[in-house]
Amino acid sequence: MSTRTLEVSLGTATLDARGVASTVPLGVQLPPIAEPPDDLGGEHMLINIGPQHPATHGVLRLVVELDGETVIRVVPHIGYLHSGFEKLGEYRHYNQIVPLTDRTDYLSPMANNVCLALAAEKLMGITITERCQVLRVIACEMSRIISHLVWLGTTGIDLGAFTPFLWSFYQRERIYNLQEAWTGARLTTSLTRVGGLMADIPDGFEAGLRDFCRSFPKVLQEVDTMFTRNAIWCGRTQGVGPLSAEDAINYSLSGPMLRASGVDYDVRKDRPYLGYETYDFDVPIGEYGDIYDRYRVRLEEMTQSTRILEQALDRLERLRGAPINVSDPRVILPPKSRAMSDMEAMIFHFKQVMEGVPAPVGEAYLGIENPKGELGYYFVSDGSAKPVRWRIRPPSFINLAVLPKLCEGVLLSDVIAINASIDIVMGEIDR
Amino acid sequence: MSDAVSPSVAALRARFGKAILRHLVSCGDTIVYVEAARVHEVLAWLKNDPDQHFNYLTDVTAVEYRDAELPLEVVWQLRSLARKADLRLKVELDKTASLVVDSVFDLWKGADWLEREVFDMFGISFTGHPDLRRILMWESYAEGFPLRKDFPLRGHFSRAEQTRQALAANPEAHYSLEELSIAAAYDALPPDMKDRLARGERGRVK
Repeated sequence: MSTRTLEVSLGTATLDARGVASTVPLGVQLPPIAEPPDDLGGEHMLINIGPQHPATHGVLRLVVELDGETVIRVVPHIGYLHSGFEKLGEYRHYNQIVPLTDRTDYLSPMANNVCLALAAEKLMGITITERCQVLRVIACEMSRIISHLVWLGTTGIDLGAFTPFLWSFYQRERIYNLQEAWTGARLTTSLTRVGGLMADIPDGFEAGLRDFCRSFPKVLQEVDTMFTRNAIWCGRTQGVGPLSAEDAINYSLSGPMLRASGVDYDVRKDRPYLGYETYDFDVPIGEYGDIYDRYRVRLEEMTQSTRILEQALDRLERLRGAPINVSDPRVILPPKSRAMSDMEAMIFHFKQVMEGVPAPVGEAYLGIENPKGELGYYFVSDGSAKPVRWRIRPPSFINLAVLPKLCEGVLLSDVIAINASIDIVMGEIDR
Repeated sequence: MSDAVSPSVAALRARFGKAILRHLVSCGDTIVYVEAARVHEVLAWLKNDPDQHFNYLTDVTAVEYRDAELPLEVVWQLRSLARKADLRLKVELDKTASLVVDSVFDLWKGADWLEREVFDMFGISFTGHPDLRRILMWESYAEGFPLRKDFPLRGHFSRAEQTRQALAANPEAHYSLEELSIAAAYDALPPDMKDRLARGERGRVK
């Protein structure tokens, strides 16, 4: 991302809090602006944004202290969507927790399902089949694309651009149709089970996904044409809300927020799961850590996800007819026909439904690269079929904590842009 | 998945001796139990020592076991981005004593909300945290700490009582004292709140 000089020359001059231009067209010399005298600043104003406000992406509430139009301080208030998922998980069998994960980060439910299954399998020491691995990779990357598309569309709207919203939601709809064909649901997918999947992909799924992979890059190209060198977009995003690599690490950020600041940390590369080390893809890294870099990183991640999807589809052809579940009757339910006719299968079915699958005493933390950042599930087991503790490491909760720092001294309208760039989802923040 | 113990354990034992109580490996993750009084020192060393370099705080959380005899555990999940290594640190807190542990906010700013959440859900206080107040539950929430095992799944209060309290709630309760201390809003405050502010209950009074 070293084309910044060209973009600056095309960008409109943005003014910082003191009214001084931060980006200036090349070759233009602005006269220095005198500091306003102190007595112009009167009482500070307290403004409440949300919890019911479209620009806060859910039920986030921001209390903003303003001096004129300059933000002195932002205090986020969260918890309006708190549902006690972690507490509920302590009263559920491991497989019964899967539906709860749908509702945390509801913009990428399939990736959450995968993380839960992987964490439970790590705890129980189960190795899944190769076809299951490939299908879960497909689920994760489909989720990444739809989540980033929602981010792109809504952030565009926050900054006054409506067209990309229509484009991105049309593409998202195509993935949702595939998701619905596979799992029977668009949002509450509950795709995975411990040791496998709820169902194999249906007929026509592979052709549909290949068709998507073929035509989707063209849409990304159009978005790139529309945004990347757009004067208004550059003016609103370049140099706004920048964060250094050191701060990004210190604030425990993850995902595109961390990588836009120039830190090369992607869980898929650094702590590989599901055989991600065998796929050929690149991890985009930003340079300045501003909103513009976060946009560039997410746009490129969608391209890379398409590449991974194509490779996964190639592998699926080799694995046609291979099993998706481990062959362990204590973990995986027998087929319905056998459960109704075979005594042994019926016993296994009964024990699993009534008693659940017990996990050995111990604990496991497993993090995966979710669209929002590193999603981690931490299970502590006392040997029963229900976890003692189910902790969600919520990426958007931790990423949102940096908002007050990013908003110090910016203009009020930039608060909306910065908040949008973090890519939050309240279901996961409040849990 | 390997059962190998992280090499950091030997280094920790050599550096801190008896403050490292014990260690174990579960599902390939190394867990180190540390004396509660020295946990800040240990975490600071792990972060800053060039050989350890655990510069990324992945998570802070707590665990309470179903067995009421067992102590509460505070858990720090660390990662070294450069070395691609993980380590989990734990401190055991006796439930009959006061639940206090040192904050690591001065080491990692990311600990801010994570520690607030542990305080909110488990009632564990972090000394040195600049703004330790509830985060997911509201400030006047009176039912206790939801993730503790003595907290029933549906809460302590009946649904009728919860509704009554919600309807009777003072709208000021939805602002933190710090926000209310901002000059323009201060004059309109009810007297008892002014009083609390004047006593220095968080927030600055101008």
